[in-house]
Amino acid sequence: MAQDDHSGTELAAADSSHAEQEFAGSTGTAVIPHDGFTNPGFEPHRPRVTDEDPKREKRAQRTVYTLFYLSILGSVWAIAAYMLFPIEGNDVGAVRLNNMFIGFGVTLALLGIGFGAVHWGKSLMTSPESIDIRHPIGGTEATKQGAVEVFREADEESGFTRRSVIRNSLIAALLALPIPAVVLFRGLAPQDQLPVELLSHTMWAKGTRLTLDPSGVPIRASDVTIGSAFHVIPEGLAELEQGRLEEKAKAAVLLMRLEPSELNPAPGRESWAYDGIVAYSKICTHVGCPVALYEQHTHHLLCPCHQSQFDVSNNCEVIFGPAKRPLPQLPIAVDDEGYLIAQSDFTEPVGPSFWERN
Amino acid sequence: MNRSKRRTGRRHPLATVALLALGLVFTGGAYAAISSGTAAQAEAKPTSQETIEEGKKLFQANCATCHGLEAQGTANGPGLIGVGAAAVDFQVGTGRMPMQMQGPQAQQKPPQFTDEQVKQLAYYVASLGPGPDIPADHLVNGGGDAANGAELFRINCAMCHNVAGAGGALTEGKFAPPLTNVSGVHAYEAMVTGPQNMPVFNDLNISPEDKRDIITYLKYVQDNRSPGGFELGSLGPVAEGLFIWIFGLGAIVAVTIWITAKSN
Repeated sequence: MAQDDHSGTELAAADSSHAEQEFAGSTGTAVIPHDGFTNPGFEPHRPRVTDEDPKREKRAQRTVYTLFYLSILGSVWAIAAYMLFPIEGNDVGAVRLNNMFIGFGVTLALLGIGFGAVHWGKSLMTSPESIDIRHPIGGTEATKQGAVEVFREADEESGFTRRSVIRNSLIAALLALPIPAVVLFRGLAPQDQLPVELLSHTMWAKGTRLTLDPSGVPIRASDVTIGSAFHVIPEGLAELEQGRLEEKAKAAVLLMRLEPSELNPAPGRESWAYDGIVAYSKICTHVGCPVALYEQHTHHLLCPCHQSQFDVSNNCEVIFGPAKRPLPQLPIAVDDEGYLIAQSDFTEPVGPSFWERN
Repeated sequence: MNRSKRRTGRRHPLATVALLALGLVFTGGAYAAISSGTAAQAEAKPTSQETIEEGKKLFQANCATCHGLEAQGTANGPGLIGVGAAAVDFQVGTGRMPMQMQGPQAQQKPPQFTDEQVKQLAYYVASLGPGPDIPADHLVNGGGDAANGAELFRINCAMCHNVAGAGGALTEGKFAPPLTNVSGVHAYEAMVTGPQNMPVFNDLNISPEDKRDIITYLKYVQDNRSPGGFELGSLGPVAEGLFIWIFGLGAIVAVTIWITAKSN
């Protein structure tokens, strides 16, 4: 094997011609610009005050060991603070004090060592200026020839080129190896249901009552006065044992009542509201944040994440921001007892776009 | 000249001071007794015809320009028939009304009327049509369940007012005000009446007891400091990020410059 003849660092004096010679010897394939600026060399050596004044040197020395002693003090204080300010019971104030005082101690301990070491290096350690020459990345001709020889020999000995059946089967085996990992990603989705189906449907169905979040108390149409905003979940969601949050994340609805004259329902949606009461999905069509900042006079809904605005009086169409689709509307009606019910599920998938969404 | 006279006379030098103090105490005491007496006499009562008459005068002098002489509303302001005493107590009691100028939102400012005048106005407006009344004390004194209040606050209020009640921005210059210095009464009245662009949360949406719990939560947040250290206004990741970008990175830059600078 070839030797790396540029290993290690080389300390060179500030001599530009020396440095240039060094480069000329082994530039590899690098392009050397001939009109590049020449190395100006070092500025004249300037002694520090600590080099000249013994008093200043003493003072710097004192500063450094004081910083190290402060660090010891910080460590000791951190131990003391742990005992003096214990976290007891469920008192959050105790956590605050404990963390703060231990933090002060550890900070002092670390910064004392750090600042002390840097100050020592800067003011007291002898430091003649020097250049650490960066050696070229490419190897010498001999190194390259050696490497080529190694590969050629290995190929000859193993028969990698000659025994092509073995080689190709090995390549095929290596290609097949990562495929199981791709398949395993499927395990992140529920096993017995299609993800597209899950994204396209919510708990809402024909006749499902609209209930209050979080109590699950059904809502009468007469409860919803003009200007109100109700945060709504479908009946039965509050009692779900499993997957409650997943269902809530899709089925959350905001219920609002406007003057019926202020609503401009789209064709085909005239019967989706009840006497000025409208229900819209709370999940933003941009990236799925809950849109619930309702302004009762302007009838605007604002998404807090990216400032998309939806106009409730015009079918929640987008009037500002990055959302591309209006919020899906939940068609509602009133049952015999006066409670608000859903006419059906949402007629389109709620929330942000996904690959298979039509 | 006077001074030398006093020193030679028999009066103690502090006698004037003592006499002055005595006089002040008596005057002040008498004034306090009389004024508290009159306050007790004139306390606004919802049913009293006198209260309503006083309120009507105040209304016609201060509110009628925008809301109309009979509170029927004009092009500049909504009608107030049926808004109830709670709406007036909130709007006038927090200084939002009378409005300083037309704008996206009525700003909070020092109240323009005394408590008594606010009540007179409130009961005058309440006499025009039935509406939500000023809540009873047991609902607003913060004696409820803070945990239940916190859950309801997160569902119904936190999206606009911030989870710690620090307030937040709305559209086109409007904003949800911080709730850190709001009294229980005003918080309750705001929920019932839906001032400005805030939606109404009537008693069938959030029951009076639940409203009491929400107020309890707000008081809890006001009284308990953040266990995690400086809140930086509880405004969330933007304020915290800005702080660490400026001060954290600033400190790192300063230390880097110090480390690399040549020692003199």
